[in-house]
Amino acid sequence: MSQRELSQEEAKEFVSERRSYAWGYLLSLLLTLVPFGFAAFGDLSRMALWLTIAGCALVQIVVHLRFFLHITWSGNKREDLQLILFTVLILLIMGGGTLWILFSLYYRMMPGMMP
Amino acid sequence: MTSTTTHRPADQARSPVRHPGLNLGPSHQESEDVREEMVFGFWVFMMSDVIIFGLLFATYVVMLGGTAGGPGPSDLFEMKSAFIETMILLVSSFTFGMASLALKYRTDRKVLVIWLVVTLLLGLGFLFFELKDFHTMFGKGGVPSRSGFISAFFSLVPLHGLHVTGACIWLIAILGQIAVYGVDSFVKTALLRLAILWHFLDIIWIGIFSLVYLGGLS
Repeated sequence: MSQRELSQEEAKEFVSERRSYAWGYLLSLLLTLVPFGFAAFGDLSRMALWLTIAGCALVQIVVHLRFFLHITWSGNKREDLQLILFTVLILLIMGGGTLWILFSLYYRMMPGMMP
Repeated sequence: MTSTTTHRPADQARSPVRHPGLNLGPSHQESEDVREEMVFGFWVFMMSDVIIFGLLFATYVVMLGGTAGGPGPSDLFEMKSAFIETMILLVSSFTFGMASLALKYRTDRKVLVIWLVVTLLLGLGFLFFELKDFHTMFGKGGVPSRSGFISAFFSLVPLHGLHVTGACIWLIAILGQIAVYGVDSFVKTALLRLAILWHFLDIIWIGIFSLVYLGGLS
């Protein structure tokens, strides 16, 4: 690799990008420790615990996309954001549809399969 | 604008950036131009992989009740090892980020290789703990043929492990390429794509530890 001196701007950019990775790591760490902590030592009701876990997971996914995969709202990366959002849409239709149909089936015909 | 504009990152209207994620920028022009499509194509592949995992998650949730009188989540899973695996994978995502920055800003090649080796060791450590987990589960009678629930578990979680194994092999191959050919544009684009895969596997793991392990144990 041809090593070279960084220009002043590049050096500044390097520091700010490194800081962005560090922020991503710290936020993810927090969003991991909170649900694990509540699940291991917490005294929440089942529903509150599940909502905490789900909420932390969703926020952490966004944190990873933003800080590690550099997905932003900024102009010329829009197309790829659309690719991701479309995938999420397909997933919601197929995954949500699966859950809806099968749990409806369990409810009507196989109550023993309800978790 | 002054002449310093040329040092600005590529996403400031100079050349259009066609894929999200870490772009190498104008100082790597030769790799940037030819292979941006490859990275974008990899994003499309990653998205179809996300669909596969998403539907396996849905299958797992649907099969939660299908324990057939066999061991259930609270009998089979251990919070401690799930926590260790989560931490290892999170740190490895950060170290891969540091490797990407070492690549982008062309710091010493040694720095790049060290971060990559640390990432590889963390990936292998994750696999070690995961296999140990599966071994414990087998010992408790949690074999895939026991019930629909355990089958669904073993189609979801080991598939993620298989992806991590593939990513580790890919990383070893890239380290070999660096040793033989140096950091050429092949290596650069391969690293960009592997970074996307690696960070994505961590995102999938967020779903696994939240839904499978924490959801199952609470």
